[in-house]
Amino acid sequence: MNRTLKLKELRVFAEEIRLLTLKEFAYTGFGHVGGAMSIIETLAVLYGKEMRFDPNNPDWEDRDHLVVSKGHSGPAVYATLALLGFFPESMLRELNQGGGNLPSHCDRNKTPGIDMTTGSLGQGISAACGAALGKRLDGKDSYTYLILGDGECNEGQVWEGAMFAAQHKLDNLITFVDLNGQQLDGFTEDIMDMRNMGERFAAFGWFVQEVNGHDIGEIVSAVTAAKAQKGKPNAIILHTKKGNGCYFAEGIKDNHHMNFKPEQINEAIRQTEAALEAAKAAPAK
Amino acid sequence: MFKLLKTFQKSPKLMREAYCDTMLSLAASNKNIVALDADLVSSSGMKKFFEAYPDRAIQCGIAEANMIGVAAGLSLVGKIPYAHSFGPFASRRVCDQIFISAAYAKLNVRIIGSDPGVTAAYNGGTHMPFEDMGVLRSIPEITLIEPTDPVMLSDIVRQLADLYGVYYVRMARKNTIGIYEEGSIFEIGKGNLLRNGTDVTIIASGIMVAEALKAAEMLADEGVSARVVDMFTWKPMDIELVARCAEETGAIVTAENHNIFGGLGAAVAEACVKTVPAPIEMVGIKDQFGQVGTEDYLRKAYNLTAAAIVDAAKKVIERK
Repeated sequence: MNRTLKLKELRVFAEEIRLLTLKEFAYTGFGHVGGAMSIIETLAVLYGKEMRFDPNNPDWEDRDHLVVSKGHSGPAVYATLALLGFFPESMLRELNQGGGNLPSHCDRNKTPGIDMTTGSLGQGISAACGAALGKRLDGKDSYTYLILGDGECNEGQVWEGAMFAAQHKLDNLITFVDLNGQQLDGFTEDIMDMRNMGERFAAFGWFVQEVNGHDIGEIVSAVTAAKAQKGKPNAIILHTKKGNGCYFAEGIKDNHHMNFKPEQINEAIRQTEAALEAAKAAPAK
Repeated sequence: MFKLLKTFQKSPKLMREAYCDTMLSLAASNKNIVALDADLVSSSGMKKFFEAYPDRAIQCGIAEANMIGVAAGLSLVGKIPYAHSFGPFASRRVCDQIFISAAYAKLNVRIIGSDPGVTAAYNGGTHMPFEDMGVLRSIPEITLIEPTDPVMLSDIVRQLADLYGVYYVRMARKNTIGIYEEGSIFEIGKGNLLRNGTDVTIIASGIMVAEALKAAEMLADEGVSARVVDMFTWKPMDIELVARCAEETGAIVTAENHNIFGGLGAAVAEACVKTVPAPIEMVGIKDQFGQVGTEDYLRKAYNLTAAAIVDAAKKVIERK
């Protein structure tokens, strides 16, 4: 199946994902809030419009694949999958629980709908390249989507994969780079400066677009343009804010993995409920 | 299932020729077979495959970590990948990629690590894996195989097409001593009893199998009855066979072209102490680095010889 949400519906869907992700974090009291919040609009576009999938048959062989290489964004993906019916929402209580199926980092053998096990950073791009190449060998028209973190791009393997994708002309690979400017130890410019990300991918022979990663319309347009071009792998550089939409995480230095108080997460949930209502009430454009 | 040759001589077929021929025949009948290489197609002997199946022959350049991940990704969509590089670069260099992207993700990847131990010869210490099996052995569920000759290599490579999991094949590239008759079939996870004996068991692998057979002859001349086992699967270890040999001969010598730390000797010793404890002597690399030289020079330099096995056998029998 392929959902075909319009822009307004996608904005609503994004707030629903954010809300459910926050509720999921509320069960644990800690987690990778920053990097989960920054890719929520992208997840809304992928699962609300672009991706082919079947919640009743997560291994459907003609589906599009998504490799969330920044595996610590798992909680946002889990919330999305729950909203789509891959598993019941009640399962979100298993986040980080012993014996549960929702670890901090994505695991294809635990969570229905997760296509690749990730978390050891830099490795997802290679698996995505392999999946994209394999589908092309079979003459399939499906896409492989990949989400990279900007801190993750410190890993040399990312650039091995970038070379490979260009060499093999993997135009069925659409990569989002979550350029939120922060990594675990601080701002990327202070740790390992990755701000000219687009230039880097362009230099490696990719078709590069730069968008506001919290603007649904811009993300949709970029994916459309990516699907139209032939011969190059696609990089969509998402200019994002780490922790976006979660007041106690957004704009904070140490927001990669954080502890928070019940009143903080409850306030974030309340604010997001208001944002969701506002998105629903907004004019359809 | 297997038959021994009558005499043991250098096999006319190179190991890498056997690899390529087998891959060609597999690919002819199975469209999902894909081969990956990291700029070593000339070395792995896979040129013919790369010419015959340009789409299914995937050049990854000198980027082994990515190659392993690409192999994992290919298996995600149903492909059956065989990825080759030199042993050190196909194991210790890509340990985390094999661990996470292949093994932990429960994907379906075969890794061919060539030039084991002293067979790396002129490439020297940087290219001489004495640790590849040891590094990989602590990865859960991985299968580690060191084929002995081209007949076994062909059979193993063929079998792997129909199996699922992560397999590391430690492949000599050039001439090895032929041990098995054409058409022999091997059971992964089971050692091959090559020669019966009652005083001591020599458990060997790879290039040391031929040395073990030679050593058994030398021991026979001195009235010592030595059993010889080709333990080509290092993981899972054939614990039952090790126990039986310990029980029936009361002493074991291991012989490997690998560091005895984390190697065949260590794996056999674990199996032995858990079942039927018996004295063990280990012939192999004694926690040393590699170095440059001809294979013959290196075999002598590291005591990977029949004479060393004979000495170890006498010593271990005294310890009974």
